[in-house]
Amino acid sequence: MNRVELAAITLRFRHVWMRNLVTYRRIWRINFLVPLLEPAFYILAFGLGFSGLIGGVDYAGRHMAYIQFMAPALVATACMWNAFFETTYASFVRMYYQNTFDGILATPVSLEEMIIAEIVWAASKAAAAVTVMLTVLIPLGYAAFPGALMCIPLAFGAGLAFGAIGMFFTGYHLVELTRFFCIGAMESNPVFNLIYLVVFTVVFGYLGLWAMKRRLIK
Amino acid sequence: MHVIEARNVVKRFGEFTAVDGVSFTVESGEFFGLLGPNGAGKTSAIRMMYGFSPVTSGQMLIFGLDIHSDWRTIRSRLGICQQENTLDPDLTVEQNLLLYARYYEMERSIIRERAEELLSFFALSNKRKAKVAELSGGLARRLQLARAMIADPELLILDEPTTGLDPQSRHQLWDRLAELKKRGLTMLLTTHYMDEAESLCDRLLIMDRGRILAQGRPRDLITEHAANSVIEIQGPDGDLREFIRQRGSRHEDLGGRIIVYTEADGALESDVRESFCSESCLFRPGNLEDVFLRLTGRELRE
Repeated sequence: MNRVELAAITLRFRHVWMRNLVTYRRIWRINFLVPLLEPAFYILAFGLGFSGLIGGVDYAGRHMAYIQFMAPALVATACMWNAFFETTYASFVRMYYQNTFDGILATPVSLEEMIIAEIVWAASKAAAAVTVMLTVLIPLGYAAFPGALMCIPLAFGAGLAFGAIGMFFTGYHLVELTRFFCIGAMESNPVFNLIYLVVFTVVFGYLGLWAMKRRLIK
Repeated sequence: MHVIEARNVVKRFGEFTAVDGVSFTVESGEFFGLLGPNGAGKTSAIRMMYGFSPVTSGQMLIFGLDIHSDWRTIRSRLGICQQENTLDPDLTVEQNLLLYARYYEMERSIIRERAEELLSFFALSNKRKAKVAELSGGLARRLQLARAMIADPELLILDEPTTGLDPQSRHQLWDRLAELKKRGLTMLLTTHYMDEAESLCDRLLIMDRGRILAQGRPRDLITEHAANSVIEIQGPDGDLREFIRQRGSRHEDLGGRIIVYTEADGALESDVRESFCSESCLFRPGNLEDVFLRLTGRELRE
């Protein structure tokens, strides 16, 4: 009885996404500061601290400052944590402490749509966090304009994956892609990395749906 | 067509059977009660009505549709006020209504109109900007009820709506429910308060351990399973026990107290009053609580 029913997924999920957005807008001031300050702190720490020790880095046939090499990884990390945090901690609070899911399941929204909305919401938050970070990184010259803007849709895509699987996803592929868009070069094949992301999203998205359905349906 | 029709419905969780072959119907405009001690299977039954829990076997028909296949249509036509507070604590009273309405894909203009109507009907208008986390228990429950009504349901399911409320809030809620009944809304209620069920419900069923023990109108159930008149005698002695046995009266001996069910013709009452009321006697009409305790027993359920 706990089979995931893909036929139960319609665009109705967007209302649950909207609910999350409206709720978030009421508490955004606290949540907004972290993605803004985190890269600033890292760059200060690594820039002042490490770069003196490490100096330059050779990557994809280019020579660059350590901070420039590392900044895309910060973007990827932020993307991962935002999405992962959302579908683990925040979703758990909604499910367990606030009974929000029980309320939603009394309406014509299906469980599948509700979980999809959670994952898409996680991805949206990841994309928003990356956007905020880029407003710091681009003016400082640590990310190329306009290429680095591609990190925003990328963060959404990767956010779907992390929203779906949390920690199962290794950061490697995401860092590579983030680097590709930020500095215009990478050592591995971007197509392969993209496919990797998509496959993970689908597989773990399905597993996420299945696991949540098992947990919620009594 | 029945609004609710349960056909031999069974719900199992592994080895445990929560609902064990239950059949009943609820008709249009009826206020129907579902009573039973904790663990009787009430909430399991309700969860099957809106498709939250899959039916193990049997059939649950709502508006003549099978919940298994037509769950989305059914859910768009009924409202559920769940036992727990399922409101969004970070949102305002008004936002809770407006966002919930979206799940039903209602038109924007209708959502506004409907929300205004409900805010005023449940006396929440001056609290519209308040955060849910700041509401008292009574206000929160009224909001949850208002939210369940947002899509103008044909059937309202209320799972212990007055549990934990103070007497003022309970009375206000009853008043609102009575008003909804007057408008012809079909309602299904679960409650642990027998006075509530007796005064609100047209018809009710009492279940325990997943099975139906009795169903009917409150008055008929009282006449059938208890009595129209009841005498409670504290500290009964041997003479009284002998007297009751000789008269063949229906009674329950609880040791320190005897409850006698009588036919309200006054004969037994006056005999008892004259001869046996040295300590204390209570003469009162029979009620639903007598029926409930007789049918489900007096031992604690824990």
